[in-house]
Amino acid sequence: MTNNVSADVDEPTPEKPSKRQRQAGHIADAASVGIKVLLVKIIALGVLDALALTAIFILLAQREWLVIGVVVVATGLINWIYLGKRKLPAKYLTPGVIFLLIFQVFVLGYTAYIGFTNYGTGHNGTKEQAVSALMSSALERVEDSPTYAVTVLEQGDTLNLLVTEPNGEVMVGNAETPLHPVDNAQMDGGKAVGLDGYTALTFQEILAQSDAITALSVPASEDPNDGALRTPDGTSGYLYVSNLEYDEAAGTMTDTATGTVYTDNGSGAFTADDGQQLLPGWQVVVGADNFVRALTDESIRGPLVYVTIWTFVFAIVSVATTFFLGLFLAIVFNDMRMRGRKFYRVLMILPYAFPSFLSALVWAGMMNESFGFINQVLLGGAAVPWLTDPTLAKVSILIVNLWLGFPYMFLVCTGALQSIPEELQEAATVDGAKPWAVFRLIKLPLLLVSLAPLLIASFAFNFNNFNLIYMLTNGGPRDSSAPIPVGHTDILISMVYKVAFTGQTRDYGLASAFTILIFIVVAIISIISFRKTKALEDLN
Amino acid sequence: MSALTQTPGTDDMSTRAITSTPGARRVEKRPFNFGRWFKATGWRHIVGVIMVVFSCFPLLFVLSSSLNPKGTLTGSNALFSAIGLDSYARILNSPDIPYTDWFVNTLIVAGITALATVFLGGLAAYSFSRMRFSGRRFGLVSIVIIQMFPQLLAVVAIFLLMSSIGDWFPALGLNTHLGLIMVYLGGALGVNTYLMYGFFNTIPASIDEAAKIDGAGHARIFFTMILRLAAPILAVVALLSFIATINEFVVASVILIDPEKQTLAVGLTKLVSNPRYADWSAFSAGAVMAALPVMAVFLFLQKYIVGGLTAGSVK
Repeated sequence: MTNNVSADVDEPTPEKPSKRQRQAGHIADAASVGIKVLLVKIIALGVLDALALTAIFILLAQREWLVIGVVVVATGLINWIYLGKRKLPAKYLTPGVIFLLIFQVFVLGYTAYIGFTNYGTGHNGTKEQAVSALMSSALERVEDSPTYAVTVLEQGDTLNLLVTEPNGEVMVGNAETPLHPVDNAQMDGGKAVGLDGYTALTFQEILAQSDAITALSVPASEDPNDGALRTPDGTSGYLYVSNLEYDEAAGTMTDTATGTVYTDNGSGAFTADDGQQLLPGWQVVVGADNFVRALTDESIRGPLVYVTIWTFVFAIVSVATTFFLGLFLAIVFNDMRMRGRKFYRVLMILPYAFPSFLSALVWAGMMNESFGFINQVLLGGAAVPWLTDPTLAKVSILIVNLWLGFPYMFLVCTGALQSIPEELQEAATVDGAKPWAVFRLIKLPLLLVSLAPLLIASFAFNFNNFNLIYMLTNGGPRDSSAPIPVGHTDILISMVYKVAFTGQTRDYGLASAFTILIFIVVAIISIISFRKTKALEDLN
Repeated sequence: MSALTQTPGTDDMSTRAITSTPGARRVEKRPFNFGRWFKATGWRHIVGVIMVVFSCFPLLFVLSSSLNPKGTLTGSNALFSAIGLDSYARILNSPDIPYTDWFVNTLIVAGITALATVFLGGLAAYSFSRMRFSGRRFGLVSIVIIQMFPQLLAVVAIFLLMSSIGDWFPALGLNTHLGLIMVYLGGALGVNTYLMYGFFNTIPASIDEAAKIDGAGHARIFFTMILRLAAPILAVVALLSFIATINEFVVASVILIDPEKQTLAVGLTKLVSNPRYADWSAFSAGAVMAALPVMAVFLFLQKYIVGGLTAGSVK
């Protein structure tokens, strides 16, 4: 039985337990389950199933069939795992794996998919949403429109218009649902003033929400060309018709004022013959366009190349400087005769204990060109452009990262140094080796064996050290010649963030394409470094 | 100077060898010699002083400007020229800066994330350490490989996923702490599982066996024995996860939209996005209040953290 629970990964299971042993195990397990554990399990599963059922009803209303399928399968699987007697490892792995699957695996696949779309500002939704957004943005009041008596109704957070037509017919609708007839409205002198299930707004409430009410336009029918009803004051409404005319069969938008015809040519927006686009457009799969743009468009490829080079330089130099300073300090303070070592040690690791996002912000303040502590006090009023000169900003980043990173290296080097047996050094000294030779030929290789994984981890961390770059220089100084918001000190990850979330146009598609390219680079580096680490271990 | 005072045959190495032998007392009785002292340990103090100045002056700068009643960055340059708690009061009471909200949000998000990470990672590590099943090695390796892809790279996909989830279930989507915590828990396995797995393996399996013979089931063994015996590594993982979550900016800045929902990292960063015009003293006061608890816990536990990190990496 004992060797069944061997501690080593590589050791294969020596022998399978016999049938009787397994039976005994199950009986013992079943007998040992306390009533409390059972109760907790039943309640937890019950809550989970109830939540899943609620979720399914909500999703049914939105007709999200695929998501419903996923919820049903996942809930079924979880119940099957926890109600069964076997599948013990699965019971322990499932909770973590669920989050891993959704927020790492799925998200990775989704990133790849977005990389092949034109998702971003102006291309956010479906074609129907784009059509109705375009139509309503070009609405103009019909000059001879009759006046409709209107009551503003509220249902939940949604505003509705209750409309009494001049011929006495009563209709209701909101921004999403076109006007449709109702027959149970409460009437007051020929004007409909209320409807069951809705709350009519009072005069004060209309004043309070006047912005939302004047912005509300309710489609007159399913056909967007019929126009929409809007109310400037909350009591009377007029018909507005769009300047744009949508022809669903031909897939064209016609501007009735100028006569320009915009066609859907598959690029996710109505485009005129001269290339002019009507925005918002909609989301379409554009194939490898984003990747092609990233790799061939000169104005994007240029920044991509220098950002990649700087990312590598930054990560390598950061690891090297912090490691060597840390190692040097570890050797200096590893002398038992020295007094006050603990005192120095605690003060030196303070930068590591201080939350790193705050450190970067503090340094950004101290390095400010005209007001910062370094220029004003340490350099007596000099105006050194620490963070605004392309080259000096890179140096500043490396200095700050040295400040942030050396205490960690100091700690781990001290630990590794102390785990090297004294006898090795004594033996070498007896054999006549000089201290430097002892260090270079004996201690350093031994240190590298145990520290190599940490150095690789540190490289990976710095490769994606978004906080430092974003909070110290924000990638600046800005490269004004590039069409994407990128600066001279941006690393790959901060460039992705800026392309996706800052600036006038957000380009999720291009950002995701960058992400996939970075992932390929990271994966290759990781594979190579794993191999190298193995090689180092073989030396031992 | 050191060359002059060097006695023949007593280089750095051999003095150390002598002092570490039992006969070392004789050496210490020699009269104090500055040159010898300097060569042995004195220069180390010089390095120490330089490094302490380098390490501490930015921290002194924050502390000093947080105590400065004036607001601007320029006003903070004369260290400790004026001392008062005005800026602390300012950041705590300002109607435009929901600092206390940020503080509470950060504690809630980081605290729950840390606890849940330890729990999820511990469950997984227990099954990898104590059970033998097909796909076990594959599972361990694939967890590490998936984790190589940093979550913040997928921030666009996370944002779009959370905004669709928010359309269906507003309580879980964008601008909710629960949603943010769920995203963080996507990284609960991975390195944490490895650290705990390594530690669990050092707990003798014979303890489990003895408990099984006494009639304890796997759940009882896990909750009442393994988790308690592994308390040191659980504390390390919890602390690392806690600090990492406090420092996390990208995902939090994308998911949390309303100012009063944001965390310290997002809020304080936006607060000084232009240091020239920002209320620098108020920011410094906020930074000091945010950093002190973290630093206290960190310094208290740093021995275990370093132990945990190196132990995990060597395995």
